[in-house]
Amino acid sequence: MIEVRWHGRGGQGGFTVSRLLGMSAALFENKYAMAFPSFGPERRGAPVLAFTRIDNNKITDRSEVKECDYVVVMDETLINEKIIDGLKNDGTILINTKNPQKYSDILKSCKVVSIDATSIALDILKRPITNTAMFGALVAVSNVVSLDSALKSIETEMKPSLVQKNIELVKKSYEIIRGGCNE
Amino acid sequence: MSNKKLFISGDEAVAIGTKLSRPNVISAYPITPQTVTVERLSEMVESGELKAEYMHVESEHSAMSAAMGVSAVGARAFTATSSQGLLYMAEGLHYASGGRYPIVMMNANRSLALPWSIYGDQRDSLSLLDSGWIQVYVEDAQEALDMIIQAYKIAENKDVLTPFMINLDGFVLTHTYELVEIPEQEKVDEFLPPFQTPNKMSFEEPKNLAFSTTPADNLEYKYQQNRAMFNSINVINDVDKEFGDKFERYYGGMVQEYRCDDAEVVMLTLGSITGTVRMIVDKLRDEGKKVGLLKIRYMRPFPEKEIIKLAKNVKAIGVVEKDISFGYEGTVFTNVNSALSKIDNAPLSLNFLCGMGGRDVSKSDIYNMFISLFNAVKGEKQKRVQFINMGVETDE
Repeated sequence: MIEVRWHGRGGQGGFTVSRLLGMSAALFENKYAMAFPSFGPERRGAPVLAFTRIDNNKITDRSEVKECDYVVVMDETLINEKIIDGLKNDGTILINTKNPQKYSDILKSCKVVSIDATSIALDILKRPITNTAMFGALVAVSNVVSLDSALKSIETEMKPSLVQKNIELVKKSYEIIRGGCNE
Repeated sequence: MSNKKLFISGDEAVAIGTKLSRPNVISAYPITPQTVTVERLSEMVESGELKAEYMHVESEHSAMSAAMGVSAVGARAFTATSSQGLLYMAEGLHYASGGRYPIVMMNANRSLALPWSIYGDQRDSLSLLDSGWIQVYVEDAQEALDMIIQAYKIAENKDVLTPFMINLDGFVLTHTYELVEIPEQEKVDEFLPPFQTPNKMSFEEPKNLAFSTTPADNLEYKYQQNRAMFNSINVINDVDKEFGDKFERYYGGMVQEYRCDDAEVVMLTLGSITGTVRMIVDKLRDEGKKVGLLKIRYMRPFPEKEIIKLAKNVKAIGVVEKDISFGYEGTVFTNVNSALSKIDNAPLSLNFLCGMGGRDVSKSDIYNMFISLFNAVKGEKQKRVQFINMGVETDE
């Protein structure tokens, strides 16, 4: 089973992207998936978590995600030494930053992949909504679903007016990571 | 052609199951974590996708009162609630069951104030076991959808005519997205014909409905209500089979056994925790331990026969529940022990109280519950009622 923990702030689309990933696996790759937010009231701007579980078999685990394979941080102001708690030893953290070296000390115990998702989002969406940029980056790093399935989930789930730009965003961040220039 | 599948939450699955059941009227008041269900239903009515009347009532008490009126004129009623909302309609629950109105209601299991909490546990519905409603507890979003359709078929059976409450754990089921297969409308229509009731309020055949009694008559009505609830056991099992034959998903009726065949230690579960317990049963089986799981699906009517059948062949039974009846023990545990008291050489039983107010129940918590049961079998003294994951040892 692959488990992903998404970190964002309320309003940044963390729960949406956890669902997009789950949908990519469940609807387009004949796998099973579960996506859920950290339960409770949600407030705009407050730190929020979301989770995606993916497996080849039906998932029956209803307990909290304790250990994950990937941690994705959509907002770099959330990065602190506790952010990697629960990340498996061979796990990867994906961070949205221009300056990865700024965090090299506190994240030195794990594999780090960074991407400047905010700039890509501002360029394409004209808004600093980074969830789909981080989605593309995760797909590129993990192969947990194919790029094609990821794009199909956006076509299925997002409002028609948002689909094209978000597809562009996912492709762009995917290519940046695959190009290896930020790793 | 493969069936349509969607990646949706438990709340959305309930809304779709309701739409497929073609209710005539939905009367509901939104409350976390049920809200998404009633939002989706109101959108479906607004768009014309669901041809029904949506009544925006001002409270849960009115939601239930309206549902009774709907049912009384021979129309199909749906409502949904949770926690404080369920308690606010408590008066209406008894009215509906006494009036034999086969209303179907979704309840998103959530803790009760005080302290105020929107998180999940099962104290809301379990505190209303005696309200005369059939109560089923589901394990995932697919079962939630399927049980809405089955619920109408069971509740509206002329030998039953009893309202039906579908319980799904707040957040853990209501707000978790997963793969759900959507039955075809045409097949649902074949399975669930329009509602017909012998107790219809009409000018052609006037009847006295929702009346009062004196001591000379009241007991007979209560006797009939009890009979109807017992009648529902056969109907529940038949409907499960008929549903499975048509939609290829069988749930086992009153209970569902998992790896119980040669089990010495069995955990009894209610609701979504069942899935996590399944994983631990598999793990312990891999370690060579003879363990099993009995998922209690219905709390009313109670699966006494099924529990007795299982208990005759096991050494220990654990009851895990997100509930407590203050001053005693878990309510599910009390009910299970009442069944066990009817057999000679009953297995020992332990109660694991957990998950209240939404606290996580981890895989290791469940593993340790099984260990406690094995220790009890070996003769080591164990606390009969255990609070799980409280962080401190208690000395009672």
